[in-house]
Amino acid sequence: QAPCPQWPYCRKRCSYCNFNTYVVPAVDEVAVRACLVREAQTLLRLSQVHSVTSVFFGGGTPSLASPGTVAAVLEVVAGAAHLPAGAEVTLEANPSSTSTSRLTGFRAAGVNRLSIGVQVRGALPAAAPAAPRDPIVTALPPQSLDDAELRMLGREHTAAEAQKAVEAARGLFPGRTSIDLLFGLPGQSLDAWAQRLEAALGLCDDHISLYQLTLERGTALAAQVRGGALPAPPQDLLADMYQTARTVLVAAGFRHYEVSNFARKGALSTHNLSYWRADQYIGVGPGAHGRFVLRGEGGRSREARVQTLEPVTWMREVQSQGHGTRSRAVLSPLEQLEELLTLGLRMDEGITHKRWRHFSPQLSLQAVFGVPGEAQALQQHGWLVLDSGGLRCTWAGLAVLDSLLPDLLWQLQRV
Amino acid sequence: QERLDMSTYPVESIRNFSIIAHVDHGKSTLADRLLEITGTISKTDRNKQVLDKLQVERERGITVKAQSASLFYSHEGINYLLNLIDTPGHVDFSYEVSRSLSACQGVILVVDANEGIQAQTVANFYLAFEAQLSIIPVINKIDLKNADPETVEKQIEKLFDIPADECIRISAKQGTNVEKVLQKVIEKIPPPQCNTADPLKALVFDSTFDHYRGVVANIALFGGEIAKGQKIVSAHTKKRYEVNEVGILTPNEQPTHKLYAGQVGYLIAGMKEVTEAQIGDTLFLYKQPVEPLPGFKSAKPMVFAGMYPIDQTEYNNLKSALERLTLNDSSVTVHRDSSLALGAGWRLGFLGLLHMEVFNQRLEQEYNMSVILTAPTVPYKAVLSSAKLIKEYGKDQITIINPAHFPDKLSVSEYLEPTVLGTIVTPHEYIGKIITLCQDRRAVQKDMLYIDENRVMLKYLFPLNEIVVDFYDALKSLSSGYASFDYEDAGYQSADLVKMDILLNGNPVEELATIIHNDKAHAAGKLLCERLKETIPRQLFEIAIQAAIGKKIIARETLKAYRKNVVAKCYGGDITRRMKLLKRQAEGKRLMRKIGNVEVPRDAFIRVLKRETDK
Repeated sequence: QAPCPQWPYCRKRCSYCNFNTYVVPAVDEVAVRACLVREAQTLLRLSQVHSVTSVFFGGGTPSLASPGTVAAVLEVVAGAAHLPAGAEVTLEANPSSTSTSRLTGFRAAGVNRLSIGVQVRGALPAAAPAAPRDPIVTALPPQSLDDAELRMLGREHTAAEAQKAVEAARGLFPGRTSIDLLFGLPGQSLDAWAQRLEAALGLCDDHISLYQLTLERGTALAAQVRGGALPAPPQDLLADMYQTARTVLVAAGFRHYEVSNFARKGALSTHNLSYWRADQYIGVGPGAHGRFVLRGEGGRSREARVQTLEPVTWMREVQSQGHGTRSRAVLSPLEQLEELLTLGLRMDEGITHKRWRHFSPQLSLQAVFGVPGEAQALQQHGWLVLDSGGLRCTWAGLAVLDSLLPDLLWQLQRV
Repeated sequence: QERLDMSTYPVESIRNFSIIAHVDHGKSTLADRLLEITGTISKTDRNKQVLDKLQVERERGITVKAQSASLFYSHEGINYLLNLIDTPGHVDFSYEVSRSLSACQGVILVVDANEGIQAQTVANFYLAFEAQLSIIPVINKIDLKNADPETVEKQIEKLFDIPADECIRISAKQGTNVEKVLQKVIEKIPPPQCNTADPLKALVFDSTFDHYRGVVANIALFGGEIAKGQKIVSAHTKKRYEVNEVGILTPNEQPTHKLYAGQVGYLIAGMKEVTEAQIGDTLFLYKQPVEPLPGFKSAKPMVFAGMYPIDQTEYNNLKSALERLTLNDSSVTVHRDSSLALGAGWRLGFLGLLHMEVFNQRLEQEYNMSVILTAPTVPYKAVLSSAKLIKEYGKDQITIINPAHFPDKLSVSEYLEPTVLGTIVTPHEYIGKIITLCQDRRAVQKDMLYIDENRVMLKYLFPLNEIVVDFYDALKSLSSGYASFDYEDAGYQSADLVKMDILLNGNPVEELATIIHNDKAHAAGKLLCERLKETIPRQLFEIAIQAAIGKKIIARETLKAYRKNVVAKCYGGDITRRMKLLKRQAEGKRLMRKIGNVEVPRDAFIRVLKRETDK
């Protein structure tokens, strides 16, 4: 079980970000805190979770919140369920809001992992307080080493600030600081990227998240590229950048344990692994997503839940009914397997037989994909492996996973 | 409902006429005004193209299908019955124009006071002139700022030999002088020459299919009378029917007691099969046979394309939709065809590319059918030299309407291609560009004539395939829309033809096989390959896109393999949207066209072909 509280506020919107974030002059933090606490309490009760394995504070920029808010949420989590002493508690942070003193405050509040420079995080549209994300402190975005690139990205901090932030974070969360590396910036060359990588290796801790910049619709950066003010990076260059990064990081002792995540010395993100392994997680805060069984209501099926997006509305709902769940849908057995397949194949471990059996007691991985069909063809071409360890991508297959998935889902649907 | 008594309209008080015009010169607007003035429809602002009933007609602003309306008009104390038989307004449909004219004794020739005589004005004039119809020249849109009716009158005099003072200057939009047009119709157009005392002789000049009542035939009576309960016979099929209903079109169907000689209306007689109401057929009374009317030359398809259901389980639905639609549009020819790649389907013949598009649009709009269409081709011919092939076909000259059946050069002594005589009317400043365009299309100039100080009429002999796809659009764009174009059949000429295949990783794409002139193959092949490269989605392996003549590759593009295709960020956020996208892609696998191992979206090839028009 892994709650993920969201702090949806930022000081400034970054040019590439289309998440559910809000730039408001003054946040009524006391009220927001109360609501996060109340919703976490309600949802934990509904889920009847006994033990929480990790908490992830995402955003927005949750490091803008005060340590007191983090402490309050962790307190309610610990009150509603067992929160083991070593449980991973990650905070997403922005280099400009991570002074040593603030970080010390967060550590005192219970945070034991930091992820810096993180708005790059894709799939999360909003901030869910305390849910599993990366296992280690994520610090220092890659671009943060070049002021010109930072300005293009609309980031608030400078390269020097970013470097300082990482150093501060590593001092407080040694071995548990993660940095983001961003490639595919308009105009970036392969050489420039290789240099950026080298610089990042000199600075980083034991966890790196590697992202290709995606030009999300509706963002300032996408508009500039579409308008021709900035060049769109060619597909082949992006592929080269990704391959270069994989090779360099693996050579530096990192395990490429997920499409975009690298760790050494076992510093994998417990929290994020729970997403990819299709464990249960609870989303708290405006726009947060969750996947869990409502045992508290006598439920037996995994549900997909989304919290209300707009913070003011969300707060009103939490105040009146204890939570701001906007939608809930029971996932069918097929839908659960589809999610497991889509997420599980992102990891180097793939989908183990045991995990598959958990969702599909009757029909084994072998029975679905070990028969003549798409999966076998993909195996023959060297994209996929099905063996005693389970089903997983090859090194080459991982880079083209999104081309493999429609074939596999199509085969699964016909079973 | 009260039934009209049509016996009060003897032959002498009947006028049957059409309005002919170049596209956009105001034919439909004039028809709207005539309907209003005669009280056929009430006068509102909403009367726009009342006779254009089809959705596709209103969307595209063109008339595709002829409609009729009976107007009642009192002039100098006599009640007249004026039958307006509308005509289609595009070069592709000139066959329909000639059919409509067969029920008329006169025409209103509408010319735009601003644009003057255009290519289609010329073509339509000659159709009416050759049918020996009375012609009433009308110059429309005189309310426009740039209207120049005097110049247009001079053009009419010069080109059609009609005295300038016979032209009526009108504004159909504002109703100016429209009443005068009606009076001229009565004065100048003769009544039909026929007699109610003669035995029934009715021409089927159009027909539509009604899902509830079966076939509704539009008829013109060349003799006798017709009423409910009568037994009639089709001269074509010899089948006997009992008349259920007759009436006139105003323009909606309005039942009458009877229809009499000279009148135009509709007939419902229990015809259920689509093949029963042959257009051009003559109907007569049972046991009173008459000499059938000459009927019509069947429409000559200029463009052929294969049509296949997207999913073979849809074959029967598509078949019945085709049968019904071809009843309403008998100018489409249908032959069963089949292809290894595309399954069972048909090869359809159309009057032109617009006709093909309109037909396809009607299939979608009226029958909710989506289909695969192959590249359009014109009917080529081959003179065979191989004794084996001559024996196989039973003749030494064959027509090729499907590139798959193109015989090899070794067994052919000569290939022939269809040609057309094209008429272009243009302001003289565009002549240079237009001549270059025509030469580029392998056309030969036949005539060049100034119709006034500023406008030129050019005549060119074109290979048909050079104008089928995109000539009209090219002409329009290089003349800023001012040049107009029309064409007529001009027989066959010898041509150096080859069959060009498009290959994906060595496997031919049947939809894209084309017969093409040798000189043009390289450029066309290169263009198609480039477009395919942009249209086909990248896949896990490299795709060679090639154009080939026989075994010889004449163009090649390479679509590189995906080297990276994976979403970077995937955590506990909104994966619902992503799952939906992936599942849609998974389901899309079912509808993918597989050529060898290459997966291509079903509409990719048509997109490639279509884009040629917006070049």
